[in-house]
Amino acid sequence: MSDTTLGQWLVSEAPTSRRQAVLGNVYRNARAIVRNPTAFAGLVVVALLILMAIFAPWLSMGQSPLTQDLAGRLGAPSAVHWFGTDELGRDILARTLFGARATLTIVALVAVIVVPIGLAVGTVSGYMGGWVDRVLMRITDVFMAFPRLVLALAFAAALGPGIENAVIAIALTTWPPYARIARSETLAIAHSDFIQAAVLQGASTWRILFRHIVPLCLSSVIVRLTLDMAGIILTAAGLGFLGLGAQPPTPEWGAMVSSGRDVILDQWWVATIPGLAIFIVSLGFNLLGDGLRDVFDPKSA
Amino acid sequence: MTTADDITARPPRQLGGRRVAIALRRIASFLATLAVTFIGLTAVTFFISRLTKIDPVLAVVGDKATKAAYDQAYHALGLDQSLVIQYLIYLKRVLSGDFGMSVLTSQPVLSDLIRVFPATFELSTFAIIIGVALGVPAGVVAAARKGRWQDHVIRVLGLFGYSVPVFWLGLIGLFVFYGKLGWTAGTGRLDVFYDGEVTVRTGIMLVDAALDGNWEIFSNAFSHLILPAGILGYFSMAYIARMTRSFMIDQLSQEYVIAARIKGNSFWQAVWRHAFPNIMVPLITVIGLSYASLLEGAVLTETVFAWPGLGLYITQALFNSDMNAVLGGTVLVGTVFIGINLLCDLLYKLFDPRLRT
Repeated sequence: MSDTTLGQWLVSEAPTSRRQAVLGNVYRNARAIVRNPTAFAGLVVVALLILMAIFAPWLSMGQSPLTQDLAGRLGAPSAVHWFGTDELGRDILARTLFGARATLTIVALVAVIVVPIGLAVGTVSGYMGGWVDRVLMRITDVFMAFPRLVLALAFAAALGPGIENAVIAIALTTWPPYARIARSETLAIAHSDFIQAAVLQGASTWRILFRHIVPLCLSSVIVRLTLDMAGIILTAAGLGFLGLGAQPPTPEWGAMVSSGRDVILDQWWVATIPGLAIFIVSLGFNLLGDGLRDVFDPKSA
Repeated sequence: MTTADDITARPPRQLGGRRVAIALRRIASFLATLAVTFIGLTAVTFFISRLTKIDPVLAVVGDKATKAAYDQAYHALGLDQSLVIQYLIYLKRVLSGDFGMSVLTSQPVLSDLIRVFPATFELSTFAIIIGVALGVPAGVVAAARKGRWQDHVIRVLGLFGYSVPVFWLGLIGLFVFYGKLGWTAGTGRLDVFYDGEVTVRTGIMLVDAALDGNWEIFSNAFSHLILPAGILGYFSMAYIARMTRSFMIDQLSQEYVIAARIKGNSFWQAVWRHAFPNIMVPLITVIGLSYASLLEGAVLTETVFAWPGLGLYITQALFNSDMNAVLGGTVLVGTVFIGINLLCDLLYKLFDPRLRT
């Protein structure tokens, strides 16, 4: 590879090592995402969200999200408080920045719970077939037919408010589509030659599921997850709005909108700013998901 | 599997008989799925009711009860039975419409639900009418003008609808249209001084006011309804337009559209008279599904607009730890939701000629 550029080495049709093939794949996908304007715009927004969450203490320029200033409550946007102050005189910019953490936590936790459950149910169902398949898919259908927000409400009400319970409630109604996707992907590859070869080599069912089938399901699951993110954020924000998400004084966007509700006619910024944050972030995930689908799954676009 | 060829080879009468048999089988399987899903739903709500930290016995006897009274209530509530038996008792009660008493209103939950349901029905029905009236034409135009500015505008509008939090849009709507412009009325179903002026017949304010012949109240009710219904309608518009667009793109790429054009139809005639009727069946499914999700979306919207329907009832019960009311409301919303969902599925299977075999 001495006289070839890095770019040529990455896109080589005849990789000489496994590492080169993997890196080449990553590079091609990354290039496809960056070249797709929708996906790129979404990626920028999501990256900004993550940066916001990480660097919130520095970005808020010395304003604390929790320090109250009752003399300066409900202040209009000014040079000191760019986005104004809320009903307890707290800086809305700082609270919005820190609120990114609650949103990211919820989204990440839901993803971590939902993807393994969906993959496990879907791949087992698709690979085993027979009555296992029928029972698992019937359970999936039952959960699929549930009203998401209302069930999440009942759950959060029973378990008590809080981020963990909001996550459990959302996860409970989010996993079924992943099981469906994983199952259909599994059905498509379960009888291919390389699976048969693995069986003949004596691989156990679990090894086949985890090492051969699950990796091939991942790309469609990830596309679906990105598209679902906006819905998860909106449900979480809805629970927060109803007081069932992160508990005060933790800054959370849905709860912040709710606190601006009574003063919407006079101090519009209190509810508007955190709502805009929810809107922009879910728009970002929607754009990224649409773009990823165009890149990885052109058929269903 | 039968192919299209052997269907046409059969005599028509026999075909009719087979169709009825297939339809009956579909309906039977629909009822079975409905039953299983309903059992699943009640199992989950039962499980939720077991999760609460509120002691159901104390809720009945109060915290000053003697040990004997406590034990008696404990036994009467069936709490000494196994979980399966307890669930069956619960299921039997739910099926007979007994959701217990609401702590908040001291009324049976069922009669509360019957009282508040019409408000939600009015709101979501009005919303779906708006959603269909705007969403279907938007989707058709976007498909017919694919890739041009009309398509992009409709796509962006749809994308916004998928991304904006409904409770926030409601607040902004109140701020702009009620607070700043004064075009619509504020929260609630009627202005305060009209309260109790209308004879409650159906519970649907517009209908009741019209039956009374009280057009002043009718127009007041309308100006209260239009903003929340418009906002909910926007969300179903986003979904309906997106689905209509993708169905229409499928149809417009087929040769019969070209044939219709060659026969001398104008472009829009080919679109509306030839391609559009072919998407009616899947479209009705989509409309049904978004209607079901509107019942759910109404929860947040009703909270924002203080609309005294099912959603507001559930959230208020929530804040007062009135679990009977929360779970009763959940079972009702869930049952309607499941029912509409599966009914759409059934309609689709019964009416789509490609799925008749």
